[in-house]
Amino acid sequence: MKAHIKITLKTGVLDPQGKAIEGAIKGLGIGGIGEVRQGKYIEVDLGDTSTSAAKDVVERMCRDLLANTVIENYSYEIG
Amino acid sequence: MLRASVIVFPGSNCDRDVKTAIERVTGFAPKMIWHGDASVPSSDMIVLPGGFSYGDYLRCGAMAAHSPIMKDVIAKAKGGTPVLGICNGFQILCESGLLPGALLRNASLHFICRDVHLKVENDQTFFTKCYRKGEIIKVPIAHGEGNYFADAETLDRLEGDGRIAFRYTDASGAVTPAACPNGAMANIAGITNETGRVLGMMPHPERLYESALGGTDGRRVFESALLSVLEAA
Repeated sequence: MKAHIKITLKTGVLDPQGKAIEGAIKGLGIGGIGEVRQGKYIEVDLGDTSTSAAKDVVERMCRDLLANTVIENYSYEIG
Repeated sequence: MLRASVIVFPGSNCDRDVKTAIERVTGFAPKMIWHGDASVPSSDMIVLPGGFSYGDYLRCGAMAAHSPIMKDVIAKAKGGTPVLGICNGFQILCESGLLPGALLRNASLHFICRDVHLKVENDQTFFTKCYRKGEIIKVPIAHGEGNYFADAETLDRLEGDGRIAFRYTDASGAVTPAACPNGAMANIAGITNETGRVLGMMPHPERLYESALGGTDGRRVFESALLSVLEAA
């Protein structure tokens, strides 16, 4: 079983990297681009476990280490 | 007598600078404590030095905040032992929850290494009592992630409780957005915890403790610590 974890900056937190990416996309001549926000994707192999046990452990790793909840949100899919 | 302990993480690179600064300024050599140790010896102060602990993986300071030694650093800080976090040490203090807020990528996206002017906002704390409130000092910064962020409620609390120790200013002492090198909210360069005994700061006082280094404006952080310990003895 694997956890697919997405970590993004909260709304309102300045994302200068996203801004720079936005500028670079526009530099390709691609129009119609709005705001760009960048984040992280983390994949964790959870071994053989039940979905509910997996959810508990992923929740804990996200809250305590993978995301800094002062500035970041996290979401995940387990499967 | 000042019993200081400097925590050394893999990737710390200002650990020996701060050791030398403390020894030269106070006359007492700190102990160097490896991050993998289970406990810090009984100390008058603990230093989390600058550098790139764990290569800044995940987020600056995130991995170091979970190092084996940090359980005891957190326990000792909560018990009243003063802790000074410089640069990466400030990031580790925020990641470990000893200080509120977070340090984001500099607004310019550039790593900035130069002298900046700071205004001393609180001269009553363990690490700042040898400065004068309102004084403008010049200390170097060297970081890519020093853009201090906190929610509005936390910022209000920091302001209201006098927990902002240093703010970025221009040479005349004006706190303006243009004088802020990294985009930090309210030009924050350093903050303390509720008791004033845990200080996190992005500038490097250990790099300016004698005139041969180009200035002495950082020296009083360490003199303050020594004076605080002597006064309490």
